[in-house]
Amino acid sequence: MAGRLLIEDKEVVIPGQELAEGMDYLPGGNIIREGEKLISVKLGLVNVSNRLLKVIPLVGGYSPKKGDMVIGRISSISSMGWRVNFGWAYDAGLSVRDCFDRFIEKDEDLTKYYNYGDYIITLITNIMGNKIIDISMKGTGLRKLGPGRILKICPAKVPRVIGKQGSMIQMIKEYTNCRLLVGQNGFIWLSGNNIEDELLAIKVIKKIEDESHISGLTDRIKEYLEGEVGIKNGL
Amino acid sequence: MGYEKRYDGRKFDELRPMSARIGVVPNSSGSAIFQMGKTVAIAAVYAPKLLFPQFLQDDEKGVLRCEYNLMSFSGSGERVRPGPSRRSKEISMVTEKALLPVLNLKEYSNCAVDVYIELIQTDAGTRCAGICAASLALADAGIPMNDLISAVAIGRIENKIALDVTKKEEDYENGMADIAIAYSLRLNKITLLQSDGDLGRDELQDAIKLAKIGCEKIRDVQIKALKAKFEVIKDE
Repeated sequence: MAGRLLIEDKEVVIPGQELAEGMDYLPGGNIIREGEKLISVKLGLVNVSNRLLKVIPLVGGYSPKKGDMVIGRISSISSMGWRVNFGWAYDAGLSVRDCFDRFIEKDEDLTKYYNYGDYIITLITNIMGNKIIDISMKGTGLRKLGPGRILKICPAKVPRVIGKQGSMIQMIKEYTNCRLLVGQNGFIWLSGNNIEDELLAIKVIKKIEDESHISGLTDRIKEYLEGEVGIKNGL
Repeated sequence: MGYEKRYDGRKFDELRPMSARIGVVPNSSGSAIFQMGKTVAIAAVYAPKLLFPQFLQDDEKGVLRCEYNLMSFSGSGERVRPGPSRRSKEISMVTEKALLPVLNLKEYSNCAVDVYIELIQTDAGTRCAGICAASLALADAGIPMNDLISAVAIGRIENKIALDVTKKEEDYENGMADIAIAYSLRLNKITLLQSDGDLGRDELQDAIKLAKIGCEKIRDVQIKALKAKFEVIKDE
């Protein structure tokens, strides 16, 4: 039996919408099969690539995935390591072993490495049943974050803030002279030379979050940044 | 003399004007406002949260908790006593049971999914408006769901079956029965059926038929509200 597609590529679909009929199509992320039908379980954009369908959610919180780089906050310390909160219901465990190559004494004071309330950028290495999450600090760019601001945005908007091949984030960095790090969980760390730069960067990121679904985003943000930077330089 | 003409001039199978919007409570994970005539419900979802006390936790799936509340100024004149009452607790429970069949909470093991429904203005059909709003808010929060739930109140006024009754009709002196029905239209399942008053077998069947027609129209409004926020993406 030949399958039939009931939607177009890049269409906004709602939970419970039938996407395709027949066994020719395969369910990807956020899609379930019920009998012969493929059904979306989330509000999002549908992506059709040959026979595989998937729904990219437009709303919702962050759910941890293996291999994600996230920004988290140290929430508690034990003798074995740290607990890190990154916006999910459960805190992730960071063991001492996954931080340093050198030997750490058993009774060493761990607060001198990462203290309560410190923000770190880290990698999710393993997830067991959504409850036990292991993270690691071994990898390029994984470190404790220095003085700066933490901003929280909707995790579904993270790809928009980063842009195609990092074009959007590169543009913000150029115009505002801020250092920026975006975690997959929607936490953004930013640090600039002065307060005005940082506030401008925050304003721009909020603007991207609000207008991410309107076409011509990159051009609009560029225009906005040029205008703002022009005012600052007295042009 | 029977009830021939409705107080507000609607047809017997006509709904009150509806409107819906999502993303009205910025602090929540997902939220929605649903209006049906003069009845206005706001629902906000907070999820996932670790569930305490711990003995309530379920290792296999999340726990849905609903709270239905009438605001003290919501009625027509008399102040509604704030806080939970017997009535609001019951409606919270039936709301929970009406929504659960379409939700998939496997991702949220040991967690709670909290849904708060606040009625800011009431004119009958509050539990139905609450369920419609909650279903939109859950979709906005990105909770995996099989289908949307639509709900409507039906009234039997003397010998007539009327769709989406108002408070004035609900207070009709003799021969009034009202039925609240929640539908999952894709699954063709009734998830809530409550009735109050004397009702015959045939009348109930007629009421369910009418409810399905009403729910189809409500579902269209819900779908429109969900898509409205992201309409522009399609043009890109």
